Amino acid sequence: MPETAQEAPNLRELPVSQTPEVDFVRIRIAGDSGDGIQLTGTRLAESAARFGNDIATFPDFPADIRAPSGTVYGVSAYSLNIGETEVLTFGDESDALVALNPAALKKYMGELKKGGLLIFDSGSFSARALEKAGYESDPREDGTLSHFRLLPIDITELTTSALKESGVSAKDAKRCKNMWTLGLIHWLFEREIDALESWLTEKFANKPEIAEANLLALRAGHLYGEIAELPADISQYHIAPAPLRAGEYRTINGNEAMAYGLYAGATLADLEAFYGSYPITPASPLLHTFAKLKELGALSFQAEDEIAAIGSAIGASYAGHLGITGSSGPGIALKTEALGLAVATELPLVVVNVQRGGPSTGLPTKTEQSDLFQSVFGRNGDTPIPVIAASHPGDCFEVAVEAVKIATKHMTPIFVLSDGYIANAAAPWRLPDLGEGDFAPFPVTKATDPNDFQPFKHDPETLARPWAVPGTPGLMHRIGGLEREEGRGNISYDGDNHQRMTEIRAAKLQAIAKDLPPQTVESGAPSGKLALVGWGSSWGPIRVATRRAVLQGKSVSHIHLRHIWPLPPNLKELLAGFEEIVVPEMNNGQLATLLRAELGRPIRSVSCVKGRPFLVREITEIINNVVGG
Amino acid sequence: MTKLTVKDFASDLDVRWCPGCGDYAVLKALQKTLADGGSTLEDTLVVSGIGCSSRLPYYMASYGFHSIHGRAPTLATGAKLSNPDLDVWVVTGDGDGLSIGGNHLLHVLRRNVDLQVVLFNNQIYGLTKGQFSPTSRQGTKSPSSPTGSIETGLNPCVFALGAGGQFVARCIDTQAKVLQPVLEAAKAFKGTGFVEVLQNCVIYNDGIFDGLKDKKTGPDHTLHVEHGQPMVFGVNKDKGLRVAKGGFGLEVVRLEGGITQEDLLVHDETNIHLAQALAALGENEGEPVVIGVLYRHEKQEFVEGARHGLPEAPLSRAEKLKRLGATLRKAETWQVS
Repeated sequence: MPETAQEAPNLRELPVSQTPEVDFVRIRIAGDSGDGIQLTGTRLAESAARFGNDIATFPDFPADIRAPSGTVYGVSAYSLNIGETEVLTFGDESDALVALNPAALKKYMGELKKGGLLIFDSGSFSARALEKAGYESDPREDGTLSHFRLLPIDITELTTSALKESGVSAKDAKRCKNMWTLGLIHWLFEREIDALESWLTEKFANKPEIAEANLLALRAGHLYGEIAELPADISQYHIAPAPLRAGEYRTINGNEAMAYGLYAGATLADLEAFYGSYPITPASPLLHTFAKLKELGALSFQAEDEIAAIGSAIGASYAGHLGITGSSGPGIALKTEALGLAVATELPLVVVNVQRGGPSTGLPTKTEQSDLFQSVFGRNGDTPIPVIAASHPGDCFEVAVEAVKIATKHMTPIFVLSDGYIANAAAPWRLPDLGEGDFAPFPVTKATDPNDFQPFKHDPETLARPWAVPGTPGLMHRIGGLEREEGRGNISYDGDNHQRMTEIRAAKLQAIAKDLPPQTVESGAPSGKLALVGWGSSWGPIRVATRRAVLQGKSVSHIHLRHIWPLPPNLKELLAGFEEIVVPEMNNGQLATLLRAELGRPIRSVSCVKGRPFLVREITEIINNVVGG
Repeated sequence: MTKLTVKDFASDLDVRWCPGCGDYAVLKALQKTLADGGSTLEDTLVVSGIGCSSRLPYYMASYGFHSIHGRAPTLATGAKLSNPDLDVWVVTGDGDGLSIGGNHLLHVLRRNVDLQVVLFNNQIYGLTKGQFSPTSRQGTKSPSSPTGSIETGLNPCVFALGAGGQFVARCIDTQAKVLQPVLEAAKAFKGTGFVEVLQNCVIYNDGIFDGLKDKKTGPDHTLHVEHGQPMVFGVNKDKGLRVAKGGFGLEVVRLEGGITQEDLLVHDETNIHLAQALAALGENEGEPVVIGVLYRHEKQEFVEGARHGLPEAPLSRAEKLKRLGATLRKAETWQVS
C-alpha cells in the first residue's frame, strides 16, 4: 500500500486549477446537425491540443442522421474545455457559446454562465427560424439574453460575401459558415490558422474550388476578429500551454485508442487479431478502425448480426487468432449465450462494450455506465467473466492491452467496458513507446506436444487449459457447450465432475485477482474521512473535484477501479481506512450494490443518468455534504 | 504418410444416436469421403450447432466444435477466415439450420464461404422430443401441433438457392452411391457446398421418406440429376422432365407416344433457373424429388476476398509494432518538451 497519495502510473501529472475562471475556457459550438459542428469542434480541439493545452471534449449530437433543420432536437453541439492546467472534463457550464441558429441558442443558453460570452449568427434569426426553435418572441429583444455579453454577427452574410468572388454556388458558400466561425474562434483564442489551412488543402485536394472556398471563409472569420471593432467587454482568451509531460502527442478518442490497443495487445501476445462485429452506436468506429488495420495483419468481419459477430470471434479464437468482438448494451445482450460458450470452452476472447443509455434501445447516442451488472452477472449458469473498465480515451489503449493479456494468460473471455463519452471524446495522448518501452510482450504458447495431451487439463497457477489449434497434428479434440470431463474433455453428465468444473471456472477468476496490481488511491490521502470510489469515465469529474477539495484541505480521496470483476483483493483493506464511502456512477447504483455485497459495509450511491458525464460541481456537492463545504 | 481409413476418422466415443437413425449413414459417408479424398485429421474441422445431428463432431477423430443452437456457420466462418487451410464442415439440422439459425445459413450461403454445410433434414425436432419443424409438411401431428401443423414447410434447397448458394445438392441418407460423390463434390467446390440430406428419424417421424427410398417404387418418385445427362427417371426409366408445353416451368412426361429422350431436359448444373425449378419439385402428385447436384457455379469465394490485402506473410512482432506506430502518427502529432 502506498504511504502517500500516489498518482496512478502513466497519468498526466498536471497541476489542478483552483482558479478555473483564468486557467481554462469552456467553449461550446452549437448549430444545426447539417452545419458541420462536429468537424468544427474536432478541428478546434486539434488546434488547442497542438498548441499544448490540455483539453477535454464532449461531442453531443442527435441520434437522427438529419433531424429537421432548425429544430431544437436537430441541434448538434461540441463542447471543448481548453486549459493550461489539468482539464479532464468538458466543464459544468460554458464560458462561451457560439450559436449558429436560434434552436442552438435555445438548447444551450441555460448552460452558459452568467456574464458568459454569447456569439450568435444574427443572420439566422429569421421569424421562421425563431418559430421553429419554439421562441414566441425574439430572445434578442425580450431581455432573455441580458445576463450575457453579446456578440451578434451576421455570419451567414459575412461568409457569403467573403465567397462572392470565388465562384461557388450560394448553397456551397453557406456551407462554409462553420469555417468562418472556426476562424473567428481561433482569433478569440489567439491562435494562428496555418495548420488549419494545410489541413483544408489536403482534405479537399480533389475539389480545389471547395478547398479555396473554405480557406476564404476561414481567413475571413479570423480577420474579422482582428479588424472588427468589437464591444469593449469582448477580449481574447489567453490560455498558455499546459505543462504536459514531455513526449510526442496526438489527440485520440476512446474508440480509436481501444482498437489500436487491442491490436497492440494481440501483437504483444504474438497473435493475429480478428475483430467480428455488427454495426451499432456508439461502437461502430471500432469496426471502422480495425478495417483500416488490414495491412497490419488484422482481420475484421462485419457479421450479419450480433450473435454471428461473437460466433465468428469464437471460431477465430478456436483457430488460433485472438477473437475480439465489440458492441453496446443491446448488442451485448444478444451475445449472451455465446459468451457462455466461450466460458465453457475456455477460449480467449475480448468483448468490448461501449455502453450507452439503456434499457432496450435506450439512448443510443448518450453515455451511461449501466451495463456493469450485465457484464458481471448477465448469463445463465455459473459463468464467471472478468470485467475491466477504461476511464479516459488514452486509458482505453492500456486497458485493451491488459484485457488481451488476461484473456490469453488465463484462457478466458473478458469484458472491456468503455462508454459513449470516452468513445467519442478527444483528449491529447502521449504516444506510447511501442519499441517494448512501455509494454512488455507476453507471447502465448500454443500446445504442440501430443504426449499426454489433455484439452481440459488446467495449469495449477493460471487455471488456463492448453490452447490446441486445429491444424496441429496429434492434438485433435472436440470442444463444445456440453459440460466436459476435466482433463480429457469428453462430454460428461457426471455431477461430481460438474461441481469440480464449476469450481475451476470460479477459481480462474481468483487466479486473475491474485495477479492484479494492488488498488491504489488515485488522489488524496490513503485513508481519511471520505472515499469516492469510481469506475470508467466518471474518472475525470471525480478526479478534478477531489484534487480541488484536497487542496482546500478536505479529507477526501478518489479511488478509481479499473478491475471491476474480480475486484482487487486489497480493496476491502484499502477502504477500511475511510469512514465513509460514496460511489458516484452513471447508473442506478450498480457498483455500489456490488461493493456492498463484496465488502459487507454501508456504501452510499450517487447516481447520474442524464446522458452526460457527472459535472465537477455535482461531485463537489457530494464531498461538501460529507466533509463540509 | 499412409492414407487414413474410414476407421481412422471415427473417434473413440460410442455413437449414441437411436438404433436405426439415418444419422449413422451420413456419418459413415462423411468419414469415407474424407478417407477416400486423402484428408488429414488435423486439417479437418467439423462445426455443429444443437440437435441430434449436431452430435456428429464428437464421433469424428478430427477437430470438432459442438457450438450453440443455430450458430455453427458463424463459428465456422471465423475459423475458416483465420485459417483458410482448414477443411471446414458445418453439420446442422432442419431446426438448427433453418429455424433458430436461418439467418446465419442465409448469410454463409450469400457470402459463399469456402466450407461445406450438411443439413440433416428429418422434418422434425428430435432432441426436444418430436415437435414439428420448419420443414415439416403441413398437417404434421406432433406434441406441439396435436391437430396438425398449420405452417407451410420450407424447402431447404429452394432456400439455399434463394440465399445465393452456389453449390446446392440434395441426397438421401441411405443412398451412399449418391451421397458420397455429392459430399466429395461439395468438398472440392470453392465456396459454400450446401448438401441437404433427407434423413429418417426413426422415433418421431419414422418412414417420412419411405416413398422415396423404397427399393421397388422409390425410383418412380425420385430423379437423380447429373450434369449433361437427360432427366430420365422411374422404375422402368420411362419418365422424364421437359419444359412445360406452352408455359413456364417443368412437366413430367412419359416416354411414349412419340416422346423420346431427345425431348427431355438435359441437366445443366450452372443454370440457376433450372436449379430453382428442380429444387421445388416434389410438392405435387407425380413430381419427382430431385436428388444430386442441382446447382454448381463458380463465383467469388468469400475468404479469399476477405483476406485480400493482408500482408503476404505474417509480420513479426517488431514489424507490427513499427507499423502500428506509423499508423498512430497518421494523425497530426506534436512534441512537448
